[in-house]
Amino acid sequence: MSDKNKKREVALFVTCLVDINRPSVGFAAVKLLEQAGCEVIVPDAQTCCGQPAYNSGDRRTTQDIARDVIRHFKRFRYVVAPSGSCAGMIKKHYPEMFKDDPLMLLEAENLASRTYELVSFLKDVCGFKPDDVEIDAKLTYHDSCSSLREVKVVDQPRALLKDIDDLELIEAEDREACCGFGGTFCIKYSEISEEMVDRKIDNLLATGADMLSAGDLGCLMNIAGRLHRRGHKMKVLHIAEILADMADGPGIGEKR
Amino acid sequence: MQVSSSKFKENAHDALKDDNLRAALNRVKTGFTTARANAAEGLPEFEDLRDKARDIKDHVLENLDYYLEYFEQKVIEQGGQVHWCSNASEAREAVLKICRDVDAKTVTKGKSMITEEIALNKFLAAQGIEPIETDLGEYIIQLADEPPSHIIGPAVHKTKEQVTELFHEHHQQYGYTEREEDPEKLVGEARAVLRHKYVTADVGITGANFLVAETGSTVIVTNEGNGDLTQSLPETHVVVASLEKVIPTLEDVSTVMRVLARSATGQEMSVYTTFSTGPKRDTDLDGPANFHVVLLDGGRSEMIGTELQELLRCIRCGACMNHCPVYHAVGGHSYGWVYPGPIGAALNPQMVGLEEARDLPNASSFCGRCEEVCPVRIPLPKILRHWREEAFEKQVGPKPERWGIELWGFFAKRPWLYRRVTRLAASLLSMMAGKKGRLKSLPFNNGWTSVRDLPAPQGSTFMAQWKSKGGRVK
Repeated sequence: MSDKNKKREVALFVTCLVDINRPSVGFAAVKLLEQAGCEVIVPDAQTCCGQPAYNSGDRRTTQDIARDVIRHFKRFRYVVAPSGSCAGMIKKHYPEMFKDDPLMLLEAENLASRTYELVSFLKDVCGFKPDDVEIDAKLTYHDSCSSLREVKVVDQPRALLKDIDDLELIEAEDREACCGFGGTFCIKYSEISEEMVDRKIDNLLATGADMLSAGDLGCLMNIAGRLHRRGHKMKVLHIAEILADMADGPGIGEKR
Repeated sequence: MQVSSSKFKENAHDALKDDNLRAALNRVKTGFTTARANAAEGLPEFEDLRDKARDIKDHVLENLDYYLEYFEQKVIEQGGQVHWCSNASEAREAVLKICRDVDAKTVTKGKSMITEEIALNKFLAAQGIEPIETDLGEYIIQLADEPPSHIIGPAVHKTKEQVTELFHEHHQQYGYTEREEDPEKLVGEARAVLRHKYVTADVGITGANFLVAETGSTVIVTNEGNGDLTQSLPETHVVVASLEKVIPTLEDVSTVMRVLARSATGQEMSVYTTFSTGPKRDTDLDGPANFHVVLLDGGRSEMIGTELQELLRCIRCGACMNHCPVYHAVGGHSYGWVYPGPIGAALNPQMVGLEEARDLPNASSFCGRCEEVCPVRIPLPKILRHWREEAFEKQVGPKPERWGIELWGFFAKRPWLYRRVTRLAASLLSMMAGKKGRLKSLPFNNGWTSVRDLPAPQGSTFMAQWKSKGGRVK
């Protein structure tokens, strides 16, 4: 990056949930990265970071997938994912997984050092500020566990949200508690997950906010799905959609 | 304790329907977490101390044989005895022999998780020796004939009203015929009943938070002072402890103690910290005539040098369960064995077998809060994942789950195929949801929709749209 006029080339790791369930988050990420002066490339051999296998104890499949990801993203200076969970998988767990394989470990550590969660990349690397975003809402923000603990993305989303003029950010109680998603956990142990998401929802509703956001689609689908099941109207959006001024359409799981 | 870890799901289901339990667990959730956060924030060097505590425990585990033999030598020098026991049965027999040697009829007991682990109370009772728990929480669950549900608050699942009923039922024989509801008076009642037991007991049994190698001392930390009466009034004091409790020096003890109570209850120190070094000396006014340490291995030495070694750093503060959203939801009994919460989920598969305890390491959202608060930085999620990998490798657990992951993995490794399948799935689910934008039920696996609606895919996948827009892929 010696030439300051040259755009940063960023490879987008779309994440499987965004790819399948909510492509608008991917396009919001592209828009934001372009606003921040990046040139976005989406390597088309990507599928998933491997967490479903990793969390189910299938190490071999996970390693196979990780090798593919490492290969497909090898040539990019920056790899950005709109998810703390997938970024955390690449940054923290890939190196851990290859600790007994020195060559792969080097590759994994190399990729880890180039990989960023979207919001922290925008704020910390690009010095980005939201551009002309018009949202008049009271919003509460949920920290996903992996954003909070694995990639330590806590202040950046709040700083960017506060740059939006008419947006009021209201913090919920017990912010550090898990929403009960946990990937396959929420399906295998649905009753326990239900109790966890209900506690989370009670705290979110108590803020009086009319909008909820987070940086991870998994948590958001879990919370939105439960909010709807309980008959609540809070609008749920990924933070990329808000920062990219793409909050007008239906929220997650809403009528369209 | 009867193992019921294989019934985790049923146990959890029942627990989630128990309103008394939920009220009790709410107090754990708010009380302990706030207290610990304040204590950690109030001590600038807290994080450094956690590193030191971890390092001390690691050093011990690297040199465990040395410190244990050193400890034994010092205990003998002080006039006590150490009984080496490789399993629960040997430990029970060792305690029984000590009791028989002094013709014991009753034993008082301080709080000890190891005696829960070896199921000592039932064993002694069957041999005609009456065990009396003196820690208030342990006393309550002994009356209720229940196992502990938390390692530092064994009766944390009980409400005040339930204690009122228990005491009313069991204390009438001592002349307490009124139903007492005031917590302070309930404590007073238990204290008065127990006071008499302390004096008449033949043997006092305690656990140990630390075994100090350099002095041969055993250390207990308590908040009620019951441990002190238990170990100093009877003629014989038996310490039952597991071997990883040994620690090199008194200075090391003071370092680890600074993180122990802060992590557990948020106190700077527990109310009582008591060091026992051998039996009563000639010049002592008081104390037991006999001092025994029953040292239990119980599968721990097998963990040295394995992925599980770090679990042996545990100082049993309970912070992991106090901060665990799964524990908050289902309580301690659901785990089906002595150790609940994240430490139990990591430890129990080793102690009761992976077949039996398979659910425990799986029932975690990997939120990571346990590791975040563990005073000795045990990587609990990593160890839970280790068990999941072991279970996957050994094909323990439901086959369909395994097939599901293998099928998914097959596609995830073949991008061109994955593209087609995901496009199909996305448009199918989107069509099924129609204008509603979400699905209330699915024709297959219902773990998701039994609890929540499924937000439907928007339609086409991101990758398909990106390509049709001519976005860069290279």
